[in-house]
Amino acid sequence: MKILMKGNEAIGEAAIRAGCRFFFGYPITPQSELPAYLARKFPEVGGTFLQAESEIAAINMVYGAAGAGARVMTSSSSPGISLKQEGISYIAGAELPCVIVNIARGGPGLGDIQPAQSDYFQATKGGGHGDYKLIVLAPASVQEIVDLVMDAFDLADLYRNPVMIIGDGALGQMMEPVEFKERKKIKLPPKDWTTTGMMGRKQNLINTLDLDPEGLERHNLKLKKKYDEIKKKEQRCEVIDCDDAEVIVVAYGTAARVVQTAQKRLRKEGVKVGIIRPITLWPFPEKTIKQYRDKVDSFLTVEMSTGQMVEDVELAVGGKAPVYFYGRTGGMIPTPGEITREVKKLASGGCK
Amino acid sequence: MKTVFERPKSLQDVKTHYCPGCTHGIVHRLVAEIMDELQIREETIGVCPVGCSVLAYNYFNCDMQQAAHGRAPAVATGIKRVLPDKVVFTYQGDGDLASIGTAEIIHAAARGENITVVFINNAIYGMTGGQMAPTTLVGQKTQTSPYGRDPKSAGYPIKMSEMLATLNGAGYIARVSVHDIKNINRAKRCIKKAFETQINKQGFSMVEVLSTCPTNWGMHPLDALKWLEENMIPCYPLGEYKTPGEVK
Repeated sequence: MKILMKGNEAIGEAAIRAGCRFFFGYPITPQSELPAYLARKFPEVGGTFLQAESEIAAINMVYGAAGAGARVMTSSSSPGISLKQEGISYIAGAELPCVIVNIARGGPGLGDIQPAQSDYFQATKGGGHGDYKLIVLAPASVQEIVDLVMDAFDLADLYRNPVMIIGDGALGQMMEPVEFKERKKIKLPPKDWTTTGMMGRKQNLINTLDLDPEGLERHNLKLKKKYDEIKKKEQRCEVIDCDDAEVIVVAYGTAARVVQTAQKRLRKEGVKVGIIRPITLWPFPEKTIKQYRDKVDSFLTVEMSTGQMVEDVELAVGGKAPVYFYGRTGGMIPTPGEITREVKKLASGGCK
Repeated sequence: MKTVFERPKSLQDVKTHYCPGCTHGIVHRLVAEIMDELQIREETIGVCPVGCSVLAYNYFNCDMQQAAHGRAPAVATGIKRVLPDKVVFTYQGDGDLASIGTAEIIHAAARGENITVVFINNAIYGMTGGQMAPTTLVGQKTQTSPYGRDPKSAGYPIKMSEMLATLNGAGYIARVSVHDIKNINRAKRCIKKAFETQINKQGFSMVEVLSTCPTNWGMHPLDALKWLEENMIPCYPLGEYKTPGEVK
């Protein structure tokens, strides 16, 4: 059965259904409906909602709760996610599974409260200090929010790694029909590393400190091995009409929805345009882009930023085709008309 | 042969990294003895700070988490909310608790978070080489107050116990010292009360322990103990600032 839900609330419901019972957060627009939903619903299922004194405290509560073995989540929006970076670095270093939601808004600084994709670098390239990676999932509809939030908890437990769900104000606020499907249980590793009191076993320690550089290098190489495995196994994207495409547009999230509207119009006009929509921003779906890079005339990356993901597209294309960029930023959303115009500049018959 | 003195089970059999004369070792032992006496070692999760006692996880023989600088009360909150029937304590220094972590400690106390905090106040940053702390005394010389702490530019020492005792969520707040045997015994009684406050679910508990840092104070350990008694106690009066009615 499908029900109509707001994106932010759908994150909350999906988290509950995924077994998340702990949420620590701090108010910020435009993600407020998510903590409000959990504050309302958690008492019914025995969950704990805590409004922390700051984003910094919230992410460190997540560290503690994840270390104690719980499925735990926090959410915020861009400036608040910046504040959480210290904690995220520690969580990644200590290999604690958790889900972090960024309903992104325009930046830099306080920016505005409109939808933006200008946190791509922060999410995929580190954000905090040290050699680490988050798994970054970018839904483009409320249904996909539900599916990816549920996946996120499993991926976090599977790899003992923080997972970020990155949306934006538009996805958080929009209402769409969603279905909570029965999911196959996947086999997850036992949580035998948690600090729950020794109860007869040896000490468990959640830690990011190693004063011995050889030891810390070994730890970093172990993390690297895990990231390489994730890179190999977890790349996800949606491919639309790429087989005969002359131009492939690469876009994710809200920008990809607008691109889809433009692409349908262009196809009706006979313009051979396809779409690659990354669902995992990290690991970036470079394997799919590599499959098409010799077959198309050009790539166009469309983002709600001044151009961040375009660098990953360029790396994946590896100079085999030109990569163009079109973006709106500061909370502005590109229109289908703008994208149509940009694609026509590149497609055969159009004026380049 | 009769055993008259031994290592508490709650301490691991390892070498110490603390400087000669440092009072961290005394406080570690007190906490460990209390864990043994209350028989809570196997159900306790400790949280270490950033600072000299960041390595406390090498010493306490219980589950431990190491927190980011100042965030131990937030980490402890996360643990305690997941495991409300376990015992959770933080062990924090003055830079960690009274400077970078003021928001976390105040709000943990305000929420009545049912955790125990052991707060080491030695009026200086030890691990980083002796900089001025929020609890450095007026006139006290440190690496970053080489002419003595001048309140006109560097402000005044923060009295955490007095501040936190004003909060309804705080169940037990005490300040103790470890400069002599009598005070060490008293410190132990107070830290034990703090743990009992938590076990009885009576809210947030903290014991501030006035301690020495002979290395960074530039003093012989015995002179440091004397300096603590003569200079720190007048600024930081000892005593119980808040007690829950039921705890005796």
